[in-house]
Amino acid sequence: MELLPTIWFIVIAVLWTGYLFLEGFDLGVGMLMKGFARNNTERRVLLNTIGPVWDGNEVWLITAGAATFAAFPLWYASLFSALYLPLLLVLVALIFRAVAFEYRGKVDTPRWRARWDWAIALGSLVTAFGIGAALALSTTGLPLNANGDREGGPFAWFNAYAVLGGLAVVGFSLLHGLAFLALKTDGDVRHRARRWFVRLLPVLLLPMAGWAVSLQLLSGKAWTVAAVVAAVVAAAVAWAFARKGAEGRAFLSLGVFLLLGSASIFGAAFPVVLPSTLDPAFNLTISNASSSNYTLGLMSIVACIGLPLVLAYQAWTYWVFRRRVSAAHIPEAHSFLPAIAAKALAPKD
Amino acid sequence: MDALEIARWQFGITTVYHFMMVPLTIGLGLVVAVIQALWYRTGKPEYLRMTKFWGKLFLINFIMGVATGIVQEFQFGMAWSEYSRFVGDVFGAPLALEALLAFFVESTFLGLWIFGWKQLKRGVHLACLWIAVIGSVFSAYFIIVANSWMQHPVGVEMINGRPVMTDAWAVFTNNTALVAVPHTLFGALAVAGAFLLGIAWYHLWRRRHDGIDTVDAVGRVIPGEAAIPGRDRADHAVWIRSLRIGAVVAMISFAGTAITGDLQGKLMFEQQPMKMAAAEAACHDGTGFSVLSVGNVGSKNCDDVVAVIEVPGILSFLAKGDFSTEVKGVNSLLDQYKADYGTHLPDNPIYGDRAGQEIQYVPVMEVTYWGFRMMIGFGGIAALAALVALWATRKGTVPASRGLMRVAVFGILAPFGANAAGWIFTEMGRQPFVVAPNPDPSGIDQVFMFTAAAVSPGVSAGELLTSLVVLTAVYAVLLVVEVRLLVKYIRGGVVSAMPELVHAPADENEDATGGGGPGKPGAGDDVLAFAY
Ligand code: HDD
Ligand code: HEM
Ligand code: HEM
Repeated sequence: MELLPTIWFIVIAVLWTGYLFLEGFDLGVGMLMKGFARNNTERRVLLNTIGPVWDGNEVWLITAGAATFAAFPLWYASLFSALYLPLLLVLVALIFRAVAFEYRGKVDTPRWRARWDWAIALGSLVTAFGIGAALALSTTGLPLNANGDREGGPFAWFNAYAVLGGLAVVGFSLLHGLAFLALKTDGDVRHRARRWFVRLLPVLLLPMAGWAVSLQLLSGKAWTVAAVVAAVVAAAVAWAFARKGAEGRAFLSLGVFLLLGSASIFGAAFPVVLPSTLDPAFNLTISNASSSNYTLGLMSIVACIGLPLVLAYQAWTYWVFRRRVSAAHIPEAHSFLPAIAAKALAPKD
Repeated sequence: MDALEIARWQFGITTVYHFMMVPLTIGLGLVVAVIQALWYRTGKPEYLRMTKFWGKLFLINFIMGVATGIVQEFQFGMAWSEYSRFVGDVFGAPLALEALLAFFVESTFLGLWIFGWKQLKRGVHLACLWIAVIGSVFSAYFIIVANSWMQHPVGVEMINGRPVMTDAWAVFTNNTALVAVPHTLFGALAVAGAFLLGIAWYHLWRRRHDGIDTVDAVGRVIPGEAAIPGRDRADHAVWIRSLRIGAVVAMISFAGTAITGDLQGKLMFEQQPMKMAAAEAACHDGTGFSVLSVGNVGSKNCDDVVAVIEVPGILSFLAKGDFSTEVKGVNSLLDQYKADYGTHLPDNPIYGDRAGQEIQYVPVMEVTYWGFRMMIGFGGIAALAALVALWATRKGTVPASRGLMRVAVFGILAPFGANAAGWIFTEMGRQPFVVAPNPDPSGIDQVFMFTAAAVSPGVSAGELLTSLVVLTAVYAVLLVVEVRLLVKYIRGGVVSAMPELVHAPADENEDATGGGGPGKPGAGDDVLAFAY
């Protein structure tokens, strides 16, 4: 087995796991803007828990994509072109979501805010679903021909695994968002988030478990099956911690669940990176889809230096903003008049 | 339209759009970082106000750069899968490094800057902005390394029909990139300069118009106060200082683009002679630079192009640095290209329906010719206007003329136009190649790719058209939203970015509210006012 392609398969699995762990909760918090948050102040509490960090989290997605391009160009090209329309939808969702975070508070009217709230909630939902579907299909396969191009039209990718994977990431993100809110807020929001977490955990993790188990049936190995079992245990532990009110530990246990779950999924898929459902001979694997050893070596050196640095300063960000946010911290909305209108108000002197 | 054409339109539209946001992010980021450093050193309230005001506009724009950048990253795989397969070994690396070494830095430290006004010590807070800004310069470097490889592929060997990286140093120190990076950065600063100049002019004009500032007998300004938050004497200092910074930045950056652009022209003459000839609509070999050519500059065979005004020797100077070297014109280059790379696209399945078509080696000359001139022209106009503005405001305020104010405000668009023109020229001048072959000794000549082979074979024209329509529509809507917000915040003046001017007794403690350290009573309670 080739060493460098294997390492890069692991790096990319790590990047996706990092993405799901970090952006997972901000996608979840985004979805909770509707349904969970009850009024404008609560929505601002939600937003401010993820405000300083969501963009940094999203870069994990960009890095996962770009690293796939660099390390496995054939995987990147086939996956992204085969899933053209769903990824377009994800892009639109990401665009609106990003803009909504920044612009929501910039005009102080209920209509303006309501629109951007929908953009955040739907944008988060569609992103989570689309990324989940894409990842699931990358493990279960797409109708690719010998050149790696999709056969069968724009919707040939659609199947039950796409739905399962989509639901898996939506469910996980929602739960992770609740865990994060319980950890990062105070007062009513905190308690409600914890209650919801305890109540909804089994339902929300079910699709993720379904994806992991079905992959074991397709291509499981002994250790990946063991990882699935361990993941279930981690979920139970998270549930128990949340019930006791140990929010930090519940959050971390859910992280362990994700780690084990994604290890079982990527591990079962290995060494195939993108199976072809038309003919196993067309499968993209770590050997036939990867870049040269020279490129992978160069990238390894940079990743060895870069990735720990990223982890260090991102961890520092979470430390700086470690205080819990509550309704009491939310200042009044800032409204101002254009300089022009201000003239009319000026006392004549 | 076939899939290829749609994909090209889509790439062109989305990148030019992305590059509306990018130069303002880079340029304004640098300017705000300098201003905040000035505040840190001097403690003058006007510098704090400038940091907050320009910082607010910076953020409104920044987010659009983020949102549109992701589209670029995905697009290579989605619409240009054959291209991605061909170049992945060498082209993916700079993109991955950009994400890992630049985007993480930019986004994380900017988050710290936005939310850290109260949590971080002043110096650390300032450092966060600087780190984010340096991150954006690195991101420009990495992406231009990738782009320059398409203009001038180096550091690779062809193995099994694909370029494989053999010399990373050559790729990352590609001479094309080393001159394109400063050129692009100066172009970005030009945008920021005109932005500061135009908006500051508007506010100075507004203050005169509203009767707050007056002028004495010799025309020197007498700054006044109105009993409205933020419209005091310090406000005048904010705008006049911004105006001067903007004007100086605009002039320096034009000089910078001219110097680096000259170097680029010389490289282009070696690396992409056809682009150079097309930029000049120079059909025949010669030395003259055309100031104006008439006739159909777009005609493919150059039959009816007549140079009306031509300055002898200048073209040679642009290309070689002397006044006499003959620069090859389109006609003689065409024969050379046909001999080297064939007259028709090969009968290879990767060309799809286009296999066997005749190859058009001459780029669309209207675009290259006018694109080149618009880039230089718009940049030059902005620089000239900046000089005039400095002179016109030497007595501390702007003329009361509403018309001049309008000119200053609309002048903001000129450097944006120059940037767009520059990219369109560079990218369309490279056609019909997506990876240009390089006839010079340091390049590797057999490494090239026709754009016709680059598009995703498995993606239908219908899918591409859908995305073209959807993305263009989304971008159009968001452009309206962004511009409206910018206008709202610009018209609001400094208070739009400083709630503390409205909600607290203004002058005395504005200094403290901006920079209080951690541990102050109540610190952190209203940290969020700056952002959400
Ligand atoms: C000269 C500079 C330059 C050029 C030519 C490009 N960009 Fe860009 N890009 C930036 C300079 C930049 C930036 C200034 O660094 C931005 C703007 C806002 C930001 O966050 O970073 C950015 C944002 C940005 C983002 C979002 C980063 C984030 O979430 O923080 C992505 C994924 C890309 N870009 C990708 C691309 C690709 C694939 C390009 C090529 C087609 C491209 N950019 C051209
Ligand atoms: C942000 C600045 C950029 C702008 C404004 C820009 C503009 C354009 C335009 C107008 C086209 C269409 C040309 C045509 O179809 O004739 C194009 C094509 C293209 N550019 Fe750029 N470009 C930029 C940066 C880049 C960078 C940094 C890269 C690579 C990393 C790149 C890669 C490409 C590719 C792959 C195509 C498609 C193939 C083609 O039609 O030529 N561009 N670009
Ligand atoms: C006398 C002034 C200038 C000269 C001689 C000049 C020259 C050039 C040349 C030769 C290129 C093409 C490089 C290539 O395709 O290999 C270029 C590209 C470009 N120019 Fe200029 N330029 C000038 C002014 C400006 C100004 C004022 C701006 C913006 C404000 C600008 C922005 C750009 C951009 C964005 C590109 C495309 C990116 C790149 O290749 O660097 N230029 N310029």
